[in-house]
Amino acid sequence: MKTGGIEEKRALSKLYELTAIEISEKIRNQEISTEEYLYSILERIGQVEKKVHAFVTVVDEKALEKAREIDRKVRKGEKLGCLAGVAVAVKDNICTRNIRTTCSSRMLENFVPPYDATVIERLKAADAIILGKTNMDEFAMGTTTETSYFGTTHNPWDLRKVPGGSSGGSAAAVISEEATVALGSDTGGSIRCPASYCSNVGLKPTYGLVSRYGLISYANSLEQIGPLTRTVRDCALLLSVISGHDDRDSTSVNLAQKDYLSFLQDDIKKLKIGLPKEFFEEGVEEDAKGPVFEAADKFEDLGASCHEVSLPMMSYALAAYYIIAMSEASSNLARYDGLRYGYREENDEGDFDTVFSRNRRIGFGAEVRRRIILGTYALSAGYFEQYYMKALKIRTLIRRDFERVFKNVDVIIGPTMPVLPFDIGERIDDPLKLYMCDILTVPANLTGYPAISVPCGFRNGLPVGLQIIGKPFEEGTLLRVAYTFERNTDYHKYRPSL
Amino acid sequence: MDRNRRVSVEEVKHIAELAHIKLTEEEETLFTEQFNRILDYFSKISEVNTEGVPLTYHVLDLINVYREDEVQESLGEEEPLKNAPKREDRFFKAPRIV
Repeated sequence: MKTGGIEEKRALSKLYELTAIEISEKIRNQEISTEEYLYSILERIGQVEKKVHAFVTVVDEKALEKAREIDRKVRKGEKLGCLAGVAVAVKDNICTRNIRTTCSSRMLENFVPPYDATVIERLKAADAIILGKTNMDEFAMGTTTETSYFGTTHNPWDLRKVPGGSSGGSAAAVISEEATVALGSDTGGSIRCPASYCSNVGLKPTYGLVSRYGLISYANSLEQIGPLTRTVRDCALLLSVISGHDDRDSTSVNLAQKDYLSFLQDDIKKLKIGLPKEFFEEGVEEDAKGPVFEAADKFEDLGASCHEVSLPMMSYALAAYYIIAMSEASSNLARYDGLRYGYREENDEGDFDTVFSRNRRIGFGAEVRRRIILGTYALSAGYFEQYYMKALKIRTLIRRDFERVFKNVDVIIGPTMPVLPFDIGERIDDPLKLYMCDILTVPANLTGYPAISVPCGFRNGLPVGLQIIGKPFEEGTLLRVAYTFERNTDYHKYRPSL
Repeated sequence: MDRNRRVSVEEVKHIAELAHIKLTEEEETLFTEQFNRILDYFSKISEVNTEGVPLTYHVLDLINVYREDEVQESLGEEEPLKNAPKREDRFFKAPRIV
């Protein structure tokens, strides 16, 4: 079905620009074949991947095989899933059977999972195509994708800038149209930050809505898998596929499956929006705030009302978040010793203590080692109460702030990031300065509340993200607000020139 | 100056050992300096009065989740060993224990 000729080729090369909804519809109606769409995507990757470096692994052969299988299904008139033929890029910390899954770490450079994560099973059941695995900060620990063992991803809007992180590869792949949609994971902003920096729609679902089975754990009480897309519709579609109860994740909530597309109405009349003053304080750049205030005006024009609210415990959120995340990391990453899988030195001299310590020294990059050691410190005798227990109490107080504020508003809004995308290399040597970038995203992880970042403007050619936080398990409202904003603005229509 | 430090190089070495991570001498110095700045920032949480505040380990109101203990298909003999860096026959090959 590969057709020659310049005309066809020009028509083909446009397929990579389409949304998941459009692609699956065209495949279902036999307007296009899955194979020609996939060739268009692979051609696009061939054109821009050298500049962007969004992927760790692209499985073109496997993807083409799957595309042909879907085309056979179409010809036979078999029933197709709702993501029929859609090429999905998957963050490289989500296990994919027989496709290596590295966490962008030397430790897992050659790790090939013998099983699929639940979200991957669900994508496959919906007839999606796994296109490849995307670059990330090592073990999802970072805000820039610079800590990847495989080198940094570049921001498609300005290749000298960071794409955000830790799901930087997923966000960059989607906005450069190397993939139609992507999955990321968000522990302290790792979906929303790159969504903001690359101009994607990025959703962190309520804790418990999406199964974490097969997600390689960094901080298990904080993290969720979620979609990175170019439109709110695609976000809703992807969420409908990956959410739902799973026996294999004991923190997966048993709620009825929802079709999130049904919530997408261009209507926010009478919606009450809170603007927490802490989201606009010192340390948040004017360029990050400006477009958010404009968005607030837009919401009022559309019939919503905006109210100033306060989350006084916010100023302690970042410290509490990092103490909890590092403590959980020190425990979760204790399993990597190079025995059953992972990096192992040829040299086996010494006892197991010595050998394991050497494997972990070489297998883990500096930031991962920093967090494991600091987490071990926070959990050690003498410091446990001062740091870990205290952070868990602060977490309760932050939840109470959220519960109080959400009694009077339906959603809260603010900037996703306190600063616009910065230069690659600019902050990487100063860990604390990098941690500060997460100040506006960590509250949603500490409380478990759902939060989305949507494009809300540009400053000096760089995208700005609007963060909307909703009530637990009310992703429907969150998506309706995001959809209404998208319908009444043009920011989602821009693409970087690559 | 050393008295104001929250952690010393010796402490960092000790904690790194507990975490099974060997550090180079250079890293021991660098990490100690970075840890002091980070811990200094973390310690701001001590200002908050948390008397009587319960701990949030977890945001869901789940206690224990049970399922039926049913036998399901497992991975078999070969698959779990596929990723082992060193193996012998059907076994993972471990470094010396004693």
